[in-house]
Amino acid sequence: MAVTTDRDVGSRMPGDRGVWAWITTVDHKRIGMLYAVTALVFFLVAGVEALLIRLQLAGPNGEVLTADAYNQLFTMHGLTMVFLVVMPVAAAFTNYFLPIMIGARDVAFPRLNAFSYWLFLFSGLMIYSSFFVGGAPDGAWVGYAPLSEQLPEVVRMDYWAIGLNLLGISSIAASANFIATVLTMRTRGMTMLRMPVFVWMSLVVAFLLIFSLPSVSVGLFQLLLDRNAGFLFYVSAAGGDPLLWQHLFWIFGHPEVYVLILPAMGIVSEILPVFSRKPLFGYPFVVFSGAAIGFIGFGVWAHHMFTSGMGPIAEAGFGIATMIIAVPTGVKIFNWIGTMWGGRLRLQTPMLFAIGFIAMFVIGGLSGVTHAIVPSDTQQHDSYYVVAHFHYVLFGGAIFGYVAGVYYWFPKWTGRLLDEGLGKIHFWLMLIGFNMTFAPMHILGLNGMPRRTYQYGSGLGWDFWNLLATLGALVIGVSFLVFIYNLIVSKRNGAISGPDPWDGRTLEWTIPSPPPVYNFAEEPTVHALDDFWHQKYAEDDEGRMVPIQPVKGGALAVDKETGGDDDGEPDIHMPTASFYPALSSFGIVVAGFGMVYLPWGWISVGVGLAITLWGLFGWSLEPVTKEH
Amino acid sequence: MGLSACAGSGPQSAIEPQSPQAESINNLWLLVYYIAVVIFVLVMGALLYAIFRFRERPGDDRQPVQLHGNTALEITWTIIPAVILAVIAVPTVRGVFDMREVPTGDDVVNVRVTGHQWWWEFEYVDYTNAAGETLVTANELHLPVGREANFVMTSADVIHSFWIPPLMGKRDVVPGRITDLSFEPSNVTPPGQPIFGQCAEFCGLSHADMRMRVFVHSEAGFADWVAAEAAASSIPTEGPAAAGWETFNTVCTACHRATVAAEGGVETLGPEVTIVADGVTFVSSLAPNLTHFGGRTTLAAATYANTVEHLAAWLDDPPALKPMDPERNDIAAGEIFGMPDFGLDDEEIAGLIALLKVWE
Amino acid sequence: MSTADTTTPAEAHDSGHDIYPVRKTAMWVFLGSEAIFFGSMIATFLLYRNTTDGGPGTEIFNIPFTSASSFVLLMSSLTMVLGLNAYERKDMRQTRIWLVATALLGATFLAGQIFEFTEFYHEGLTPQTSPFGSAFYMLTGFHGAHVAIGVLLLTAMVILSRQGRLYPDRGLNVELVGLYWHFVDIVWIVIFTVVYLMQV
Repeated sequence: MAVTTDRDVGSRMPGDRGVWAWITTVDHKRIGMLYAVTALVFFLVAGVEALLIRLQLAGPNGEVLTADAYNQLFTMHGLTMVFLVVMPVAAAFTNYFLPIMIGARDVAFPRLNAFSYWLFLFSGLMIYSSFFVGGAPDGAWVGYAPLSEQLPEVVRMDYWAIGLNLLGISSIAASANFIATVLTMRTRGMTMLRMPVFVWMSLVVAFLLIFSLPSVSVGLFQLLLDRNAGFLFYVSAAGGDPLLWQHLFWIFGHPEVYVLILPAMGIVSEILPVFSRKPLFGYPFVVFSGAAIGFIGFGVWAHHMFTSGMGPIAEAGFGIATMIIAVPTGVKIFNWIGTMWGGRLRLQTPMLFAIGFIAMFVIGGLSGVTHAIVPSDTQQHDSYYVVAHFHYVLFGGAIFGYVAGVYYWFPKWTGRLLDEGLGKIHFWLMLIGFNMTFAPMHILGLNGMPRRTYQYGSGLGWDFWNLLATLGALVIGVSFLVFIYNLIVSKRNGAISGPDPWDGRTLEWTIPSPPPVYNFAEEPTVHALDDFWHQKYAEDDEGRMVPIQPVKGGALAVDKETGGDDDGEPDIHMPTASFYPALSSFGIVVAGFGMVYLPWGWISVGVGLAITLWGLFGWSLEPVTKEH
Repeated sequence: MGLSACAGSGPQSAIEPQSPQAESINNLWLLVYYIAVVIFVLVMGALLYAIFRFRERPGDDRQPVQLHGNTALEITWTIIPAVILAVIAVPTVRGVFDMREVPTGDDVVNVRVTGHQWWWEFEYVDYTNAAGETLVTANELHLPVGREANFVMTSADVIHSFWIPPLMGKRDVVPGRITDLSFEPSNVTPPGQPIFGQCAEFCGLSHADMRMRVFVHSEAGFADWVAAEAAASSIPTEGPAAAGWETFNTVCTACHRATVAAEGGVETLGPEVTIVADGVTFVSSLAPNLTHFGGRTTLAAATYANTVEHLAAWLDDPPALKPMDPERNDIAAGEIFGMPDFGLDDEEIAGLIALLKVWE
Repeated sequence: MSTADTTTPAEAHDSGHDIYPVRKTAMWVFLGSEAIFFGSMIATFLLYRNTTDGGPGTEIFNIPFTSASSFVLLMSSLTMVLGLNAYERKDMRQTRIWLVATALLGATFLAGQIFEFTEFYHEGLTPQTSPFGSAFYMLTGFHGAHVAIGVLLLTAMVILSRQGRLYPDRGLNVELVGLYWHFVDIVWIVIFTVVYLMQV
């Protein structure tokens, strides 16, 4: 193992302690941790929502929940998982590692970065506060008009529409931040085609959000205006077209699912080479197919609308476009298997979850292809078959990938390894529980069970499969208890990891665990893709790897500290902490909350705008770094 | 997905087709499913092989060849899936256009469907009832075997979806617009074993309880049904049913319609709501037509069997049996969110039950 | 960089000799999202251009008047360019004059919009009249709000300049506001063409 320093040991992140330090932090690593912990909490909440749903559906004519409670729970489960769990957990990884992986010290706009996090947190809390004031949104996470316009005096869907718009602002700010970072802040020698795949996927995702979010934002504004100001966008009596909502929503909604999956694919693309001890097979093809998926993803949105009566030309066209997108997806899977092929596979927990991702995503991807077959989709759409499909790609895919990332990068965050034994238990329980829950749903859908239904009758042949799914959900729950337990005990007592516990390939493994606030004492110069790997290993005539030094684990390339101050810390100016990002985002949410309760809410809108303006002025006038 | 093979059957199953249209969809599904299974086996086989063959064992100190890629392989595994998809695209596109064909001719049974929160309305435009209006019923669809049925559909409020899986894929019903669907039932449904259908687009509180039953008759059976349905119902003059009629005429006709043989002739009571969508006129109402309610096998949009117990419970407190929001009803504006508890006493309920039993 | 006390590692790249200065990149990305935002509203308008539900339609427009206010907005882009030009020549006084001119022209455009909308109101076109009305007012309303924000940004620039806080070697700020302003102007050209001129 490499020589350890004080910085390598233990679970304390370098930097100031205390709540105020965290509220005012502009360090991308701390912001990443905030996203991760918040996402985990929301994940547990959404998981409880799912368990309640499954308890209600365990048998026919369930009486665990009323229809009203059920409709709120499934709406919030979807909303939470998409916007408050998967997107933030991807943001957590991107925040923490994108700058390090390109050799930078932070993102382009550190305070804007903090702003994105706080806006996400406050918006999520605002949406959840609706549970306590009359009920949570209950119109499904897609909020189809005109159902979402009914009963404007009930504010549930106003929480939903305003909350989503606020979350969209957070994402657009973060996306602009990451794009500017990648395009302008790569270190010397880090050309675009030497960037890790994870960075590429984050870049594609940022562009997807920039170009898709405004579409749903317009739809949400239209919905809010219809509900609260008598506008007529979706009022069919006046000639409004409900299908306009669906188009505006899905032009966002479809790229959104690629936003959810691509970072996880990036993480898998990082883990597989490290644990196979071989480079990623077909790096340019993996990168390019990720970009292709993003691009083509803008052309398939109406495959969510095959039963809406668009007409045969649109249906055929979007069906074919949807089939096309399967090709680059397949390319990635084949390249991943090619990475493993001929390698020396270490089947430790990160690798298990990455392999699990591949297997589950193949299933989910194939069921997705069956959706592209338009006539078949008229049976599958809005049934449990679709629920099976998207859980296979989003849980079996995205969640497995992000969990793999946690096991992979936990040592870098904390300096300690997660327990392998518990990790394996977690993996197998999750794999088994997941398949027990969602595989039967294919059958339920084919047997005619629609989705978003609070109960079902007996005698339809659905009882057994629903019971099996509920039992599987309980197994998943247990697996996550194991995970949480592992996180807690390993943070305290896990084995010390050192800077490079996995014999990694990318730049984050060249710096201490956890990293100093400035990441690199000296900004590195990069000469190749997987530059760190090439510092450790050369290739012989047959192309086999040959260690340059016998010491495994990067003592060679660990970032050396340069002298400077009395405490041995290099004299690097980092952006100073600031209170204004949190303040501004708080003001925005206060204003948003007021919009839910117009007309007396105008007071809250005024107060919120005042707070925001205070925050923005302070933000623009304060210097970015203060003199030491 | 291998579990699909042992999926079993049910009255609402898409993989037990009861029409050539559903069968064609099912065949296309099976073709793609088998291809998917083959691909799954091949890919998983490669993955599992790689795991077992190349995993690190104790003392294993192989240094793997640092292969970066293989362009020929990339091209191959891009082209082969593309070709497979191109092949599948052909029957897919053909299927899309086949589904759009609208059957015409005298043999076709034309039904106009109006989706409501939370029940289905069926208007048989080829037939008139004793009052000279088109035949309207609710929630239970009757069709003749071997003849095409053509559905022209809209919604009175929010988007619903008309789905009878054994007979056809679903199609949404959208307020202000027309959508259409057609299929030809292949088999007469055995007595007491109708085909099941259900709303498949989330439409609020009782989305799960917006169900249908489909009865496929022989030609003669269908003719009998039409004749019975077209007849006016009688107004009882004695016994509890007569009291029930009084209750019906005062309370129920605010929302429900019924065609009865009154003294002055046949008349239809209850509100008539005309919906025009894309130039097509739908004869609708605020609640299901009850003229021949006694002959229905289910109530509350096929959520309960039509027994005396269930009917009594329903009339006593409808929202207790089916989640609804009748406090928000605005009859004048035509916005109905369910049937309220009218506070009927046991006598009134008994009277209504007797009346509805007469109205078979 | 001598301004080490006010630059982030990121801004160190912003010194002008880089091809892709950081904040300009971010502004272009933001404008990309705005393009989709306005594009979606324009698409909605196109869908509803004839859905007048018996109310007034495109015949209500006063093309000569709107042409005049469009010209005013176009001229404001010219003054914006002149302002940036003066800034790069380090003539702060001229810069302020042109920025004020831009803001005034923008405010004039807004006044014209308000006048136009009150006319339409009296002639029976409100957002609640028809989907056409809803789409028209939402599109032009959001555009007007963007112009108003631009006027505020310009005013802030002028005030900062008078306080001596608009550093001559940090032209990026004026350039960024200029980018935003030109974008808002281009969106108006599209709106004017699609909504007012293209009457099918």
